[in-house]
Amino acid sequence: MDKILKELTIKVWRQNGPKDKGHFETYKVHNISQGSSFLEMLDILNEQLIQEGIDPVAVEKGCKSSGPISFDHDCREGICGACSLYIDGRAHGPDDEVTTCQLHMRKFNEGDTITIEPWRSSGFPVIKDLVVDRGAFDKILQAGGYVSVNTGGVPDANAIAIPKPDADESMDAAACIGCGACVATCKNGSAMLFVAARVSSLALLPQGKVEAARRAKAMVAKMDELGFGACTNTRACEMECPKHITVNHIARLNREFLKAKFQD
Amino acid sequence: MADKLISKIPEGPLAEKWTNHKAHIKVVSPGNKRKMEVIVIGTGLGGASAAASLGELGYNVKVFCISDSPRRAHSIAAQGGINAAKNYQNDNDSIYRLFYDTIKGGDYRSREANVYRLAEVSNNIIDQCVAQGVPFAREYGGLLANRSFGGAQVSRTFYARGQTGQQLLLGAYAALNRQIAAGTVKSYPRYEMLDLVLIKGEAKGIIARNLCTGKIERFGAHAVVLATGGYGNTYFLSTNAMNSNGSAAMQAYRKGAYFANPCFAQIHPTCIPVHGEQQSKLTLMSESLRNDGRIWVPKKLEDVAKLRKGEIKPSMIAEEDRDYYLERRYPAFGNLVPRDVASRAAKERCDKGFGVNETGLAVFLDFRTAIERLGEDVIRARYGNLFQMYEKITNVNPYKEPMMIFPAIHYTMGGLWVDYNLQTTIPGLYAIGEANFSDHGGNRLGASALMQGLADGYFVLPYTIGDYLAGKFKEPKTDINAPEFEEAEKAVKDRLNKILSIKGKRSVDNIHKELGHIMWEYVGMARNEEGLKKAIQLIKDLKKEFWSNVYVAGDPNTFNQEVEKATRLADFLEIGELMAYDALNRRESCGGHFREEMQTEEGETKRDDANYMYVAAWEYKGDGVEPELHKEPLNYENIQVVTRNYKD
Ligand SMILES: Cc1cc2nc3c(=O)[nH]c(=O)nc-3n(C[C@H](O)[C@H](O)[C@H](O)COP(=O)(O)OP(=O)(O)OC[C@H]3O[C@@H](n4cnc5c(N)ncnc54)[C@H](O)[C@@H]3O)c2cc1C
Ligand code: SF4
Ligand code: FES
Repeated sequence: MDKILKELTIKVWRQNGPKDKGHFETYKVHNISQGSSFLEMLDILNEQLIQEGIDPVAVEKGCKSSGPISFDHDCREGICGACSLYIDGRAHGPDDEVTTCQLHMRKFNEGDTITIEPWRSSGFPVIKDLVVDRGAFDKILQAGGYVSVNTGGVPDANAIAIPKPDADESMDAAACIGCGACVATCKNGSAMLFVAARVSSLALLPQGKVEAARRAKAMVAKMDELGFGACTNTRACEMECPKHITVNHIARLNREFLKAKFQD
Repeated sequence: MADKLISKIPEGPLAEKWTNHKAHIKVVSPGNKRKMEVIVIGTGLGGASAAASLGELGYNVKVFCISDSPRRAHSIAAQGGINAAKNYQNDNDSIYRLFYDTIKGGDYRSREANVYRLAEVSNNIIDQCVAQGVPFAREYGGLLANRSFGGAQVSRTFYARGQTGQQLLLGAYAALNRQIAAGTVKSYPRYEMLDLVLIKGEAKGIIARNLCTGKIERFGAHAVVLATGGYGNTYFLSTNAMNSNGSAAMQAYRKGAYFANPCFAQIHPTCIPVHGEQQSKLTLMSESLRNDGRIWVPKKLEDVAKLRKGEIKPSMIAEEDRDYYLERRYPAFGNLVPRDVASRAAKERCDKGFGVNETGLAVFLDFRTAIERLGEDVIRARYGNLFQMYEKITNVNPYKEPMMIFPAIHYTMGGLWVDYNLQTTIPGLYAIGEANFSDHGGNRLGASALMQGLADGYFVLPYTIGDYLAGKFKEPKTDINAPEFEEAEKAVKDRLNKILSIKGKRSVDNIHKELGHIMWEYVGMARNEEGLKKAIQLIKDLKKEFWSNVYVAGDPNTFNQEVEKATRLADFLEIGELMAYDALNRRESCGGHFREEMQTEEGETKRDDANYMYVAAWEYKGDGVEPELHKEPLNYENIQVVTRNYKD
């Protein structure tokens, strides 16, 4: 049976819009089952903040709020990449290899104070509260994160054999969910791990090899243009990536990038 | 038959229908395509593949989605795999067999011609995805690997670890990105369609809300494609993503599009059981697990009691004291019976008191036999991420103790009625993917939704939409200042303002949870006449409650998820009612729709082919008015309609 956490203190970043300066607000939540997910805890807090709007008197004193807290989420299974919180100083919180939506309250103890912030990076401006704009990731992929084939007129799927280890490694890289934790964690705000995951996944397959060098160059150029920082190999990104994308992919990206330079 | 329900099924032998049809429908010249605009709503497998393919053909496409990036559509969460009739395993698979399994799995409530076409193009999908760089699982020889799914005796499911939907969607999203870069497609993330605009009875555009600013905007086109997914979240708790909703389909329905078979909802047998009142959604454990997992409950009630008290662990129960009830009841298919059959069998055991977990609402899915046979490493390679997900949620290690699972709402077979061209009853309005009703009848087989979404988007719609657009190239661009847009925008704003002005006492989620309880109780796994009548009344009352007592917090002119949830809930209430009407009308059991009055002595579904072998297409008749039923009869010319049998 899961334990019930009687009281937690939640310190959350509130920001009413992109132009608002933003500030922290502090709330209390009660009777949270350790079997609940972190986002379910936030649901409960939001329900409480809504009740406060309905009936301001009935609410515990000292809680001032700006209505329910906005945060991105969708699948709640760790696959869509929508959820994106910085919890107690770590992207996706204190558990390893999980996204925020897969984080469970078992990781917290009675009486804890939990601090929640949005991704903070110049590449990801805040839209509201904990919601940020990650549109830059789409733009980077539009610069070359694809194989240039049209629908129809392609060969039989089994026409090219692909060594299993290559396919597996390609899949390792393709597991990236585009959450942005790597950027949020990097002191330079670099998107290198995200870019490398896509470049590497395609470069490992014969279909993707054809355009590999050009792709690497175009995507890195776009990343720079959009204001993401440079990679200085701190490897912090790898530590916080919920999908275990490794910096080996950055090495492969660099090789493709160099090839592109030679071809210039 | 109502004159609007013309299915346009082509003449000729089944295997030649699609080829003949393609040869006869009109095409639009490249020069004219450049002058035409198409709106696609949704970027799941259906929407992303359609938008990319239409862009490649030269149309000007605008594509919308709710999430912050097209890549996050709900399709991303599909785990298990995608079917195709490649016969790479040499196990005697064929287009006909995939067609046959799909019709049979759907309990003879889908159209032969549509399903045959689906099976036919399934092979092209795999070719296409491989060409895009989708890293499907491979054997050591370098060729593609397959696994089995429920309702099939061949191995025809292609997969990418436990992340097949993700990889297929990233493929379609990449194709979409390529078109966005090329300028043929313009992407509108964080936009929600709030109404469809008709001009002279034809679909010409949409009204949408910019979810970041709250601004209501107008968009015009020559045709509109809805790829907005299913409405499983009517039940509040389901395996669908939190933002999945049925609103776009409801908007179309209110504007005259018929809604087909709304009561056909799929309940998936292998989901993680509910942990308590704080639960926000349910997590699926992929059907692929049934390849190697065996489902059981204890044979003895005293073991059940001890388990519930935590006195023993499931692994301590001896082999002879376990009831592998699927293997017992369905020896030919065993643990791989279709989903509806597996779900009802679990309910039957739990109703009899053999359910495990504190709630008594769970059964075991056990990998012990497979681990003994294959070793833990093989199982880890096959399902590692699913096992990890399970452990993170439940704190139980499934390599050591069996998983606990229970059925949950997962997919909706019903949807907007479409003809063979995937056009709804509104000219110029198309519906693809889970949003339409077309291919799965009363029950969808595993790994067939991904197939259908990509079939529709890559290989069907790009052809069939040309037949409509060919007659339109002389028409000028749609004028978004036309009075029809004016009116639609005003109606959207009025509705929003009305919801916001209620300022009642109940939160949106609170009312949604109540709807969920009503649906699960009376329109869930087992339904009967009395319960359905009661559900209709309860939903009507709840609708009144919503429109008089909901409280929508926050500022509507900023990013505001409460506003989003509120407009979607208003539509879920309508869908719930429509589902109950349809379930009440269909006095037979078939596929996922189980009417208690209609069952065999062994508790299996009993169809009534004489009276219900039709598609139920519902027409909106106004707010609070009972909808009107239209029937599209189903004709089976190539398949003998028999009772589904998974026993021998
Ligand atoms: C957990 C899970 C696992 C599954 N596993 C499998 C599997 O292994 N194999 C299989 O074949 N099937 C599987 N399915 C089913 C399958 O994933 C879905 O049926 C399919 O992906 C639906 O695709 P779609 O393109 O129709 O819609 P979706 O992927 O649901 O996309 C809907 C899109 O519409 C957008 N949208 C909706 N409303 C609006 C609006 N009003 N305005 C703007 N945009 C809107 C959304 O933002 C989204 O982009 C699974 C389903 C679930 C829930
Ligand atoms: S590389 Fe990892 S952290 Fe970065 S976006 Fe991808 S999944 Fe997220
Ligand atoms: S909500 Fe989808 S990854 Fe967290």
